[in-house]
Amino acid sequence: MQEGLDDGPDFLSEEDRGPRAVNVDLQTDATLQVDISDALSERDKVKFTVHTKSTLPNFKQNEFSVVRQHEEFIWLHDSFVENEEYAGYIIPPAPPKPDFDASREKLQKLGEGEGSMTKEEFTKMKQELEAEYLAIFKKTVAMHEVFLCRVAAHPVLRKDLNFHVFLEYNQDLSVRGKNKKEKLEDFFKNVVKSADGVLVAGVKDVDDFFEHEKTFLLEYHNRVKDASAKSDRMIRSHKSKFLFSISYFYGHSPLPLSCFQTLFPVQKIEARVAADEDLKLADLLKYYLRESQAAKDLLYRRGRALADYENANKALDKARAKNKDVLQAETTQQVCCQKFEKISESAKQELIDFKTRRVAAFRKNLVELAELELKHAKGNLQLLQSCLGVLKGDT
Amino acid sequence: MSCMKRLCHETRSHDRLRRTLAVCLRLSRRLLLKMSEERDAAALSGSAQTEGEEDLFVSAMESPEAARLSAEDISPSSNGPKAEPMLLDDDPDDLFAEATEEVSLDSPERQPILSDGPSPVITPVTPVMISSRADVFDRSPDQDEDEEENRDTFDIQISVSDPEKVGDGMNAYMVYKVLTKTSLSIFSRDEVCVKRRFSDFLGLHSKLASKYMHMGYIVPPAPEKSIVGMTKVKVGKEDLSSVEFVEKRRSALERYLLRTVKHPALLKDPDVLQFLESSELPRAVSTQALSGAGILRMVNKAADAVNKMTIKMNESDAWFEEKQQQFENLDVQLRKLHASVESLVCHRKELSVNTASFAKSAAMLGNSEDHTALSRALSQLAEVEEKIDQLHQDQACADFYLISELLGDYVRLITAVKGVFDQRMKTWAKCQDAQVMLQRKREAEAKLQHANKPDKLQQAKDEIREWEGKVQQGERDFEQISKNIRREVGRFEKDRVKDFRVVIIKYLESLVHTQQQMIKYWEAFLPEAKAIA
Repeated sequence: MQEGLDDGPDFLSEEDRGPRAVNVDLQTDATLQVDISDALSERDKVKFTVHTKSTLPNFKQNEFSVVRQHEEFIWLHDSFVENEEYAGYIIPPAPPKPDFDASREKLQKLGEGEGSMTKEEFTKMKQELEAEYLAIFKKTVAMHEVFLCRVAAHPVLRKDLNFHVFLEYNQDLSVRGKNKKEKLEDFFKNVVKSADGVLVAGVKDVDDFFEHEKTFLLEYHNRVKDASAKSDRMIRSHKSKFLFSISYFYGHSPLPLSCFQTLFPVQKIEARVAADEDLKLADLLKYYLRESQAAKDLLYRRGRALADYENANKALDKARAKNKDVLQAETTQQVCCQKFEKISESAKQELIDFKTRRVAAFRKNLVELAELELKHAKGNLQLLQSCLGVLKGDT
Repeated sequence: MSCMKRLCHETRSHDRLRRTLAVCLRLSRRLLLKMSEERDAAALSGSAQTEGEEDLFVSAMESPEAARLSAEDISPSSNGPKAEPMLLDDDPDDLFAEATEEVSLDSPERQPILSDGPSPVITPVTPVMISSRADVFDRSPDQDEDEEENRDTFDIQISVSDPEKVGDGMNAYMVYKVLTKTSLSIFSRDEVCVKRRFSDFLGLHSKLASKYMHMGYIVPPAPEKSIVGMTKVKVGKEDLSSVEFVEKRRSALERYLLRTVKHPALLKDPDVLQFLESSELPRAVSTQALSGAGILRMVNKAADAVNKMTIKMNESDAWFEEKQQQFENLDVQLRKLHASVESLVCHRKELSVNTASFAKSAAMLGNSEDHTALSRALSQLAEVEEKIDQLHQDQACADFYLISELLGDYVRLITAVKGVFDQRMKTWAKCQDAQVMLQRKREAEAKLQHANKPDKLQQAKDEIREWEGKVQQGERDFEQISKNIRREVGRFEKDRVKDFRVVIIKYLESLVHTQQQMIKYWEAFLPEAKAIA
């Protein structure tokens, strides 16, 4: 009755190994292709092998690989954020830190409770937890890969020097994680930013497009946050039901009916359903949570630039009125104006792209979600019907 | 009772212990009997015990209604009104649970129990009684086996429905309609409809248990009392949990009746017939925990527990040992499984709640999305998730009612089966005791022979004959109960397989239905998702 569903830990293998465009739609361009070809999980860190294929003249070779860790990705992301040149672009969100703690804890607990379970129960639970660990691992690899691909696909960011160093330099980048002082600085910066953000948001924009985008993004971001949290909860309870029920369905068949055991593959399918939902729905929402935050950040930067521009205008008027430092005020005003217009122009394009990307990603994932749910439901149905057939015929 | 347990540990030989205990318990029972007599104002013949009868089948008044038996029914040669310890499946924690249900102790109108022969409540110990009991059934055990083969002609349908609340406040109770449809000839009509309350069911069970348990028949246990559930209903809370509770109880009562009539011997029992047919039933006050009968039950239970510890049976038949072990294991596993299913149901309810909240969230997201096609698709997704949530809720019901209740029933049934094995053990012990007595009497007679006391010698010889008869009777009883148990266990196992199969099939069918619905929903959603431009 296993019918190839008994893939054990590898039940995610049916996903395409191609460019892991799980959440974003990317135009893979021959001039620069980046992917993560391998990953190694050590005690408390994950080592990613970043593989690049490029025809660009900037690189020494056409194809090369380096090993990177999570902190180095974060360093790259922060360097983009801090770069004033990129103020007008949506910076691709940084990948989340690999978090195996929960899974490791569960495995540990399982090991401790080994004595109290039958051997079969133990091996089954162990398999399931290992599968979960593997799934988390695959996901974190995917997240890091998506980040790199987004950068590589962006017409401006792909030319960034730091990015090239990241891809090519085969020694350790010696990027240390932020120490306490820097983390505190970051914290304060964020506080200032959010306070500022509120002020900036309050300023009504002359441009309709941006005004609309602002209100839209604010609301959208909140709703995505909510949906993401709720989908997480739903999938968790889906999973827990599965993990729990196998422990009782399996091995507890004192009754002269092995049917309790034939229900086991059904439960297995439900596990895959949960895993797929996780991938297609929850991850999608999480990713767009981060992306919409990045878009909001862009709008914030633009708003900041606008505020600066307006202040510069006011200062210029004041200077003209007092007839003091007019030239300086004029140059400041010019700079601010340019900055603002540059940001506005690129921001407009970025936001339109964002919408296109978002719609495409949602479409892809929703379609795949529906197809997978259908596939699993049909599989379940088949299993159940054959089980019923056996039972009914067995008088 | 605790001092008795201490006594148990202190005395040396098991025999002596048992006898001492029997005496103590008898005395305490007499005391309680007197108490219940005064309370129920019944004219009981307190001399229920005759000396020299050291039987461990503790005799006590099971219910005050037996007290109403007219004096003619109690023949001088019989051992007086007796009853077996019963309700071995009562939840020990729940003994006082019924206290709130019926506190009124006024003696209601009672009819004498219908029967063909002497009152069925009387436990026949003498050969006279056994044969009369056979008359009551109008058949021999062998005929039962024939009946089992003709199971296809078994045609009786019972339904328990329409729970109605009668009365108010703490004296309120639920009344259920019991409808019997049958073509069997022992019933007076094709279709009978009566109203019964929960204590009536309990009363029926206690009567059946007292009559048949000791013969080795597995009497299906009645549903459990529940103080929490009933109090809620009485207080008048019309919330979901009390509705669920009533529904659970109703279906449990229905299954109980169906199981009872499936048993070929029980089906013909006059008490069962009366229960199903007569419009008025004497109220079973004896099922109350605080009644005299309730306290006697507790005392009996203590006696049983002690006996179990002390009787060491020489099992000559490996079949019984094997079966007992099997049932022990089955018991443990069923309980575990039952607990697991109940928590599975909890999880499913949790999943349903989370799905519903996600659906709402997705709908909100759809609203704020400004791309129209995507917005529509997200709203559709929300709808699909809502419908799935409904499916999950229904599934939780299916999980629970079908499997969990069945498991609960079987956990209780296994307790009844174990009780039957215990009865066999008791029968054996009785037989052993009789043999010991016989030996003693023979020794006494030998001594008297040497002492040359002719009149006492005659008495001794009479006693020896009497005890020889008892030994024979004991051995016959033991054989009979062993045979009955074998047959009953065979029937039980067949029924068990059937019951579980039926329930599993139903459960799988409901799962199939769920999956089919899910397929429908996702198929409807797919084009919407694809239509996002």
